[in-house]
Amino acid sequence: MTTSGAPHDLPDTHASHTALEHIDLTGPGPHTATPGRAELPHRPPGLPTDAKAAIMDRLRDALADGGPPEPVAVDRGYRRLHGQGTDLIAMFAERVTDFRTLVARADAFTMVRTTAALLRRAGVRRLAAPPDHRLTWLTAAGAELVGEERQLTDRPRDRADGAVTGCALAIAETGTIVLDGGRYQGRRMLSLLPGYHLCVVRAEQIVGTVPEAVARLDPRRPQTWISGRPTAPAPTEESAPGPRTLHVLLLG
Amino acid sequence: MTAVRREPAFLGMPPFPEAAHHALADRRLRAELRDTSRTSRSRRAEAVDELPPFVWEKLRRAGAVIKDDVIARLPDHLEELEGSVVAAGGTVHWARDADEANALVIRIAREHAAAEVVGVPAATTRETGLDDALADAGIRVRATAAANAGLTVRGADFAIAETGTVCAVDADENGLRSVTLPDVLVTVLGLEQVLPAWRDLEVFLHLLPRASTGERMSPYVSLWTGVTDDDGPRGFHLILLDNGRSDVLADRMGRQALRCIRCSACLDVCPVYTRVGGQAYGSVPPGPIGAILAPQLRGVNRHDVDAQTASLPYASTLCGACFEACPVRIDIPAVLAHQRAQLTDLGRGPARHREKAAMSAARWGLAEPWRLGLAQHAAALGRHVIARMPHVLAGPLARWTDGRDAPAPPPESFRTWFKRTNGGLDEGGSRDEVPGDTDDETAEGPSATPREEP
Ligand code: SF4
Repeated sequence: MTTSGAPHDLPDTHASHTALEHIDLTGPGPHTATPGRAELPHRPPGLPTDAKAAIMDRLRDALADGGPPEPVAVDRGYRRLHGQGTDLIAMFAERVTDFRTLVARADAFTMVRTTAALLRRAGVRRLAAPPDHRLTWLTAAGAELVGEERQLTDRPRDRADGAVTGCALAIAETGTIVLDGGRYQGRRMLSLLPGYHLCVVRAEQIVGTVPEAVARLDPRRPQTWISGRPTAPAPTEESAPGPRTLHVLLLG
Repeated sequence: MTAVRREPAFLGMPPFPEAAHHALADRRLRAELRDTSRTSRSRRAEAVDELPPFVWEKLRRAGAVIKDDVIARLPDHLEELEGSVVAAGGTVHWARDADEANALVIRIAREHAAAEVVGVPAATTRETGLDDALADAGIRVRATAAANAGLTVRGADFAIAETGTVCAVDADENGLRSVTLPDVLVTVLGLEQVLPAWRDLEVFLHLLPRASTGERMSPYVSLWTGVTDDDGPRGFHLILLDNGRSDVLADRMGRQALRCIRCSACLDVCPVYTRVGGQAYGSVPPGPIGAILAPQLRGVNRHDVDAQTASLPYASTLCGACFEACPVRIDIPAVLAHQRAQLTDLGRGPARHREKAAMSAARWGLAEPWRLGLAQHAAALGRHVIARMPHVLAGPLARWTDGRDAPAPPPESFRTWFKRTNGGLDEGGSRDEVPGDTDDETAEGPSATPREEP
């Protein structure tokens, strides 16, 4: 196997634990007696290997007519960087606003006041925050912060109105915010909390294009790219939360 | 090796011309199709035109080259993908056909004692009929992950061999919830959806949203690599689905259909699809790509097929609009012509249905003058495409051209006509109004003119 560019250091614990060979075919599910399509065709154990081998044979057979292919060079001459002279911060703000998401720009002197205005506008006070968020300016802005864990597990009356997170980076051309669970972001779950999401984007986190973003991101982290207004899940689901508001606080 | 089950996606579908005939009679359906396809076409054009000159064409070419490399070395890429996914804490399964894929999902659900799964609708799970299979097995299916949901089954758009990363492009938040909330996540992926390297995403995340919905970026893009401590599912299963794809691979000409990223751009520009809609094709996916992919997936050149399947390569005017719209440059008209030849050669061409198709096409084409115009341009362009491919023309296609009157030279090219009349949907205009010089635009066939040029 090749992992050029992104070495993996995750231990291989789950693989053996969940391999199909270890699955008890007769249980333990409640519906094991159901006949018909649920049953695989009669084949000996070790089926997955068989299926893989059979598929590989078919693929190799199908490709046999061509001879070994030359490795191809991809012409990456499409634009990878954004043109010189573009104001990426302005472009990002404009394109996020296209989604009817409110973007407020602030600096070190105005961020407390701006944040307070955003929270007032959204009508929220209690915010869940990732564990290592720098909190002082938020409390100064009037937010009451609750720990991420509290938000996810506590009784409803203890729950927050929404969440505050940072981001991994933002893409100007597409108006995209990328969360990857890194510092100041917490788990992906946090950005799914009902109600309100205040996302803090620092100006130096804004890149021009998708290729620039892909080059900077770490494939091993779980990522969420958000471009647009948060949507609620299908309204038919009883327990699904309602729609949320996304506000972007652009710093610098 | 056990026999592979090969059935049409929708049993009992009438062959295309009959189904199309019914669809054409449905005025409301036609009006709806006209409106939606017109809207998506203009949104798409805006999203593409916004890019600096030539960027789109270069991205298309890069996309085609990357996908061709995937196709040419599919076994290697899949081996690498499996290794990367396992290294990241996931489990990889292989499914020869739909039944096998469904049985794997059912087994995983039972292993986790899940009496209910969240099934996010996806092309691959529709293809395998997963919902029915789960219902047969007594497992309830819900559409939305509302809380920590146990087990979720979904599709995805790409998987990166180099890193084991799976990428899904979603229109709403449900997609994001489905990869974040469950304990166990099962992803069903077509073999051809593998991409070689992490950086290849930069090409496809450019191409897919703009070609698909005309957006600069899709609302939600989720990327996950195996399992991550304390964030998201603790179990990750990837099911790699063949289900006829190896048969597609066996056809050197037709295998380019495996480049398809299911953006549906070719549907909205197709003069046939925009009038008859998806049902008439009886295939997943429908439209021009369905017309070339379904017969191959069902193994037209290796297995006996029904009349419905054999009628699909005739569900086209060979006008070339689908090729121009396709973000990975699949030459659908060329593959259609190739398949018609193949069907004739193999004696599988449903002569009766072909005659019928010709007759209904003629009736439809003669109903209004502009339609005749369309047919003429299409025929001219079609001949042109074929003339440029002598290896296809040999043998059966000689018969194909012999059996038809050579149409008069077109007064304007298809491209001009298509632009001017909005793909024939603005039916008011007379085609004589703008007599273009045809030679310049058709001389290179549909493939050679980058869209940035006038
Ligand atoms: S064949 Fe159609 S659906 Fe597939 S990528 Fe091309 S335009 Fe999109």
